[in-house]
Amino acid sequence: MLQKIYDWVDERVDITPLWRDIADHEVPEHVNPAHNFSAFVYCFGGLTFFVTVIQILSGMFLTMYYVPDIENAWRSVYYLQTQVAHGQIVRGMHHWGASVVIVMLFLHTLRVFFQGAYKKPRELNWIVGVLIFFIMLGLGLTGYLLPWDNKAYFATVVTLEIAEGIPYIGEMTKTLLAGHPEIVGAQTLTRFFAIHVFFLPAALFALMAVHFILIRKQGISGPM
Amino acid sequence: MSEKKQQVSRRQFLNYTLTGVGGFMAAGMLAPMVRFAIDPVLQPAAQGNYQAVAQLDEITNEPQRFDWTMDQVDGWYESTVTKSAWVYRNDNDEIIALSPVCKHLGCFVSWAGSEDYPDQFFCPCHDGRYFKDGENVPGTPPAAPLDEYEFKTEEGTLYLGKAKPKGGVI
Ligand code: FES
Repeated sequence: MLQKIYDWVDERVDITPLWRDIADHEVPEHVNPAHNFSAFVYCFGGLTFFVTVIQILSGMFLTMYYVPDIENAWRSVYYLQTQVAHGQIVRGMHHWGASVVIVMLFLHTLRVFFQGAYKKPRELNWIVGVLIFFIMLGLGLTGYLLPWDNKAYFATVVTLEIAEGIPYIGEMTKTLLAGHPEIVGAQTLTRFFAIHVFFLPAALFALMAVHFILIRKQGISGPM
Repeated sequence: MSEKKQQVSRRQFLNYTLTGVGGFMAAGMLAPMVRFAIDPVLQPAAQGNYQAVAQLDEITNEPQRFDWTMDQVDGWYESTVTKSAWVYRNDNDEIIALSPVCKHLGCFVSWAGSEDYPDQFFCPCHDGRYFKDGENVPGTPPAAPLDEYEFKTEEGTLYLGKAKPKGGVI
C-alpha cells in the first residue's frame, strides 16, 4: 500500500533523486566511529543538530501554554510544569537542551578547529558556523528571560547594562532590545519572546541550510 | 535605428523596471515594520517628575536609604514601583542623593554593606565599592561613580527627579 502511494507520487514528481541526495551517500571511513572509535569527534555537529531539533519541537509545544505577559508568564510556566502531564519533562528538555546545545556546538567547534577543517576551501562554512554560534547565544539569552522569575529578570537587567556599555550606540541598542529606555518590563518580555520564537529561529534555519548545503557541496574534510 | 536607441535593450529595460518595482515593493513592505520595531528608540525622553522623598530634617551626614513609590507606565502596563536613594549631607552641608544602582552591572549597592568597609558603598555582586561621594574605588569592578539624583527642596521636603550620570565621560 505505502509502496503504491510512493510509486504513484514518484511517477508524477520524481521524488527519488530528492531524498537520495539528502540521505543516500557514502560515509567516509575516517569519520565512521564503527570503523575507528576515535572518529566519534565527528559526531558533535550531528549531535548539535539533534539537540536543536529537540529544542525546536519542545519549544513549539511549550508555547501551547506559555504567555509572554508579565502578569501571567511566570504563572503559565508554573502551571505547565506542575499541572500539565509531562510538563516537567517538556520544559526540562527545553531547559537542559539549551545548555547541551551550547556544549555540543562548542565541542564541534573545537573539533573543526584542531583538525584544521576550517581551512581552504571551507572558510565560508566556518564563518557561517560562527554566526550560528552567535544566534544560539542569542536564543539562550532571550529565552532566559521568558520564565519571568527573579533570576531571569536580573540576568536581563545585567545583559541590558552590558549592551548599554557599547560606545555611542549603547543606549539605543538597550532601548531597542528592552522596548523602553529605563524599564525592563512588559514590552521587554514581548520583545524577547518575539526575538526568541520568530526572529532568531528564522535566522537559524537560514544559516543551518547554508551550513549543510556547503557541507554537501564541499564534502567532509579528509583524514588527518 | 540610430545608435542611441540601442543603448538600452528591451531586456535591460525590463530588468531595470522589474528590479525597481521589486525594490519599491520590498521597501513598501519593510518600512512600516522597521518603523514599528524601532518606535521605542524614537520616543521622546520621559520628563523626570520630581517626587517627594524625605523631610529635610531627616537627612544626616550619614547616608540613609529613602524609599518612595511612583506611578510607572510601561506601554500598556501601569503600576506603582518603589525607588530608592542614598541621601546625606556632605561636609559643605550640601545634599547628595545617590542612586543605589551599581555602575558595574546594575546590582543594588548599600552604604556600609560590607563590615570591612564601614565608610563606603558596597555592591554584593562582585565586591564593587564606592567612596561616600559616590566615586568608584579604583581597582573594584565599577568603572564610573554612582548616578546622582537631580533634586529640589521645597518647604522642608526633598524632591528627587531623575538619576543622572556624574561627570560626563565613562
Ligand atoms: S554589579 Fe556591582 S560590582 Fe558587579
